[in-house]
Amino acid sequence: MATSSSATLSKTVKQQYMELPQGDKVQAMYIWIDGTGEGLRCKTRTLDFEPKSIEDLPEWNFDGSSTSQSEGSNSDMYLMPAAMFRDPFRKDPNKLVLCDVLKYNRKPAETNLRITCKKIMEMVEDQIPWFGMEQEYTILGTDGHPFGWPSNGFPGPQGPYYCGVGADKAYGRDVVEAHYRACLYAGVDICGTNAEVMPAQWEFQVGPCEGINMGDHLWVARFILHRVCEDFGVVASFDPKPIPGNWNGAGCHTNFSTKEMREEGGLKAIEESIEKLGKRHSYHIRAYDPKGGLDNARRLTGHHETSNIHEFSAGVANRGASIRIPRMVGQEKKGYFEDRRPSANCDPYGVTEALIRTCLLSEEGDEPAEY
Amino acid sequence: MATSTSSKLSKAVKQHYMDLPQGDKVQAMYIWIDGSGEGLRCKTRTLDSEPKTIEELPEWNFDGSSTYQSEGSNSDMFLIPAAMFRDPFRRDPNKLVLCEVLKYNRKPAETNLRNTCKQIMSMVDNNHPWFGMEQEYTLLGTDGHPFGWPSNGFPGPQGPYYCGVGADKAYGRDVVEAHYRACLYAGVDICGTNAEVMPAQWEFQVGPTEGINMGDHLWVARFILHRVCEDFGVVVSFDPKPITGNWNGAGCHTNFSTKEMREDGGLKIIEESIDRLAKRHQYHIRAYDPKGGLDNARRLTGRHETSSIDEFSAGVANRGASIRIPRAVGQDKKGYFEDRRPSANCDPYIVTEALVRTCLLKEEGEEPRDYRK
Repeated sequence: MATSSSATLSKTVKQQYMELPQGDKVQAMYIWIDGTGEGLRCKTRTLDFEPKSIEDLPEWNFDGSSTSQSEGSNSDMYLMPAAMFRDPFRKDPNKLVLCDVLKYNRKPAETNLRITCKKIMEMVEDQIPWFGMEQEYTILGTDGHPFGWPSNGFPGPQGPYYCGVGADKAYGRDVVEAHYRACLYAGVDICGTNAEVMPAQWEFQVGPCEGINMGDHLWVARFILHRVCEDFGVVASFDPKPIPGNWNGAGCHTNFSTKEMREEGGLKAIEESIEKLGKRHSYHIRAYDPKGGLDNARRLTGHHETSNIHEFSAGVANRGASIRIPRMVGQEKKGYFEDRRPSANCDPYGVTEALIRTCLLSEEGDEPAEY
Repeated sequence: MATSTSSKLSKAVKQHYMDLPQGDKVQAMYIWIDGSGEGLRCKTRTLDSEPKTIEELPEWNFDGSSTYQSEGSNSDMFLIPAAMFRDPFRRDPNKLVLCEVLKYNRKPAETNLRNTCKQIMSMVDNNHPWFGMEQEYTLLGTDGHPFGWPSNGFPGPQGPYYCGVGADKAYGRDVVEAHYRACLYAGVDICGTNAEVMPAQWEFQVGPTEGINMGDHLWVARFILHRVCEDFGVVVSFDPKPITGNWNGAGCHTNFSTKEMREDGGLKIIEESIDRLAKRHQYHIRAYDPKGGLDNARRLTGRHETSSIDEFSAGVANRGASIRIPRAVGQDKKGYFEDRRPSANCDPYIVTEALVRTCLLKEEGEEPRDYRK
């Protein structure tokens, strides 16, 4: 069976317990990114009060040797609360708390890309950078095969599934519906969903978010997706090419604009940014997946609505290019542009930071500048 | 197993999430017809407040290269909100939004037949054209075989199934019941249902609806049926002849009247309309399925309560004719008539447009007239 045994535990039994009042006590679930740069971890603590802002939440720590983040002999790592959301699983007044991870010496952990991203975002605050990220993902059964696919074969070829409706077109919509509502409740800026080209593949969009919030909201949206899938007994994969062959990969197209780009004549600023991006392709490719480009190499082939990983290209309404300028933007001469290169398993902190460095701080060359 | 894996995901788990309050945010599901002229697509966006009218809904766009509608190098297509309904799946305040599709140059997409239909309907407002369409369909398992049929065979011959009751007669009534309620909630003008002659085949009727609304309500009713079936883990087919041989096909009989026909002595107008339809049989056949008549050729054989695709005929209470005048209409000398030719997978926009062109605008000949000149 494609779903987990956990999922068959009685929800009625669970409901009975979840309805128990909890007095003044509040459960805060601390969430962090582990040593892989893709995986999420979480643990919970009881608070004696409902935190009203992030500052109310205490520092915490965890065993980094169990999350590929430190050695056993020196394993304590710090959790610094960074962003707080309502908890759609335990409901009010309980919270989800996204955290920064610091090493024993209080320097950022290797996969803590938020610290640098936040500094970079602060440098360009007055340009009001907005992001929208289109997170694609694939639902798998616990057997690792895409959910709803015949267990020893493949569905019919791609064509009817994108935005499709019907049991022969849309696999796992319940997950999508549940995730959307959970994000709305939590306060994540989820702005849309659609079924994707490969069956069992879906997409949700988060944004427009300003600055550091993009990374915070996307990571929490991913966490919520993992938890929703866990409840249903299926698995969410952000692998950029889950099935080789004539099946679409999964990306995280990133839409970007500044105040200048959104105003009259902003197309000029957009084109300037694209020129800068055109000269820094390798730096961005390295920033756009957690393996410095190796993951994306399986996905950015030039087929299946992707650009080729070796070449930079841009065009209006062109889904085979690295950068796409939406047609309406081309017509109105202002708006935003879409960088189609980031992989589904990218770190949004790294992605958004790279766009700022190149387009707004006008950096050049293969390495990020030190400020 | 005939039902999908998706449908076995825990509904109790889903219910927990669907009960979560959503604050002021509203989910609007935009729906459109894809390049096949039969398939429906949908995607959702969040709005910051509940739209009260269609005008409040923003334009959107989508990747037409993934829906048989454009090339990858120039793939943006526009979605223009056309009709809004309540969402029976996500419930209030969320909405279903039926959209027209425009190409990159803002001209109607090839399968956007609503655009012209609306123009034609606006020319005959004063005639108050009413339509009622009888949508037949077949339920299939995910294996493509009719739902409830023995997996490697056939049920007993047709006879006991039409309007039947009992587990040996009615296959999949839950879908029908759920769909009916969902349509009522959504605001679709569903006016009836019945089990059909072939087992696992059903019919619902939408109407009476005026002008452009007929197409809007029928497409949304079809969308709701696809979604309801998806939830149950079965598939709905609008194929006009899903099983060859001695099994009924599926049509979309279209009932039509104008204010004049509904008034005393209206039978005369009905007969005049039928005369005009008789002279334009080929034009209508081309309009009555998405393949210019090829789909209907498998269904309109002259048997199984259909007329032959090659001949036009009309008669009172005659279900073997192209046009049937209900007996009560023949007696009251006013009312409406039924065009039995449209296929189950027809586009209601062009069906209703064709009837108006021929009967009210009195067009003749093989081609529709261009009124823009």
